[in-house]
Amino acid sequence: MPLVEVSDIHKSFGVVEVLKGISLTVDKGEIVAVIGRSGSGKSTMLRCLNGLEKVQAGRIVVAGTEVTSPDADLNRLRQQAGMVFQSYNLFPHLSVERNITLALTLVRKMKLPAAREIAKEMVARVGLADKLGAYPDELSGGQQQRVAIARSLAMQPTLMLFDEITSALDPELVGEVLRVLEGVAKDGMTMMLVTHEMNFAKNVADRVIFMHEGRIHEDGPARQTLVEPRTAELRSFLSAVLH
Amino acid sequence: MIREFGPNDIVYLLEAARWTVALALIAAVGGGILGVIVAVLRIVPFKPANWLAIGFINLIQGTPLLGQLFVFFFGLPLFHVVVDPWVAAALSLSIYASAFLGEIWRGSLQSVSPRQWEAGASLGLPYHQRLLHVILPQAIRIAVPPTVGFLVQLVKDTSLTALIGFVELTRESQILSNSTYAPLQVYGVAALIYFVICFALTRLSQRLERTPHAAR
Repeated sequence: MPLVEVSDIHKSFGVVEVLKGISLTVDKGEIVAVIGRSGSGKSTMLRCLNGLEKVQAGRIVVAGTEVTSPDADLNRLRQQAGMVFQSYNLFPHLSVERNITLALTLVRKMKLPAAREIAKEMVARVGLADKLGAYPDELSGGQQQRVAIARSLAMQPTLMLFDEITSALDPELVGEVLRVLEGVAKDGMTMMLVTHEMNFAKNVADRVIFMHEGRIHEDGPARQTLVEPRTAELRSFLSAVLH
Repeated sequence: MIREFGPNDIVYLLEAARWTVALALIAAVGGGILGVIVAVLRIVPFKPANWLAIGFINLIQGTPLLGQLFVFFFGLPLFHVVVDPWVAAALSLSIYASAFLGEIWRGSLQSVSPRQWEAGASLGLPYHQRLLHVILPQAIRIAVPPTVGFLVQLVKDTSLTALIGFVELTRESQILSNSTYAPLQVYGVAALIYFVICFALTRLSQRLERTPHAAR
């Protein structure tokens, strides 16, 4: 059974239809890169998966939870499906350690010492073992984003959603975040990433989904889809981003 | 009998200042409690509650405090509700404060980025925990300067209660000035006392603002 099942979802903001019937499935362990022009609906699609956006029609099932059902337990679902954002969204008033332990103690009902152990383990995993006591405003963008990844990973999700997580970073900081992502991928995490990093998509993702005007335009093995695009739209998109 | 302005008068003024401080405290606490209710009614997803709150805020912010004091002090007796100056002053200042504090706090809550709500939600935090642990600590920091600024205003606004016969610093000054014919000295000392109270509040605000690690 697939981990993510999306059937024919439609989503509008006011009169603008952003998603015009999206269907897809993602299996456990798969790494899916979602690419497309800005405004093609890729971020919106990702945000529908953990219920941050409500769809108007269609059905979404993630890790056994029917997200689109009116009585879905979204808080439980979101422990299963972690999300990392373009703008990091760390809690600025809390230390790195507390950023990570907050949900562990409140949601997972862990004792603080046990949660602290996990925080220590997680920051080490993203290469920031010495920043446990630092505050977000003392970290670079790349470091903040790595902490955000650690914070999500600490909840032990079965699926990770990454929403353009390197787009707000200075170019020299992108590499360190992508290396952390590669590490997460190697550990077998199921991942969906909205990204503009075509090389990363080609080398790390198993599969690429190209979205165009609210629909999935191409969906196939990463390398093949990016090297030999079948449609004119993907070809023109790729030539625009790779110039 | 006209007498000289002397050290005793300063003691009288300081004693009267107690009531200024007491009234400001009551209004701050009462207005704070009512203000939370105003802020909540203003943002809950229930239109009639929002309208009620907006109407209340417009009415209170759009009319003079002195008028509100008179309504309570002279108006309520028309309905056979007898109020003494203390009750009228405390009641109207609390209501006055609630309309301003409610709006200050609503604005502070809403000025925390919606992304912070989303980040909390994405970790599985239920609504009340997002509010309590993620949003409120950030909103409170934003709210400190305008809240203290308003409280400073409120301390000075208590002087209006002199007009309904409540004996606080300003009313006492009037009385002493009438018996000493030394208005400059009397009101000068009164002004100094107001300044000390307000300056202490401002310093407190600056100290609170120095809390590190706010959102950038």
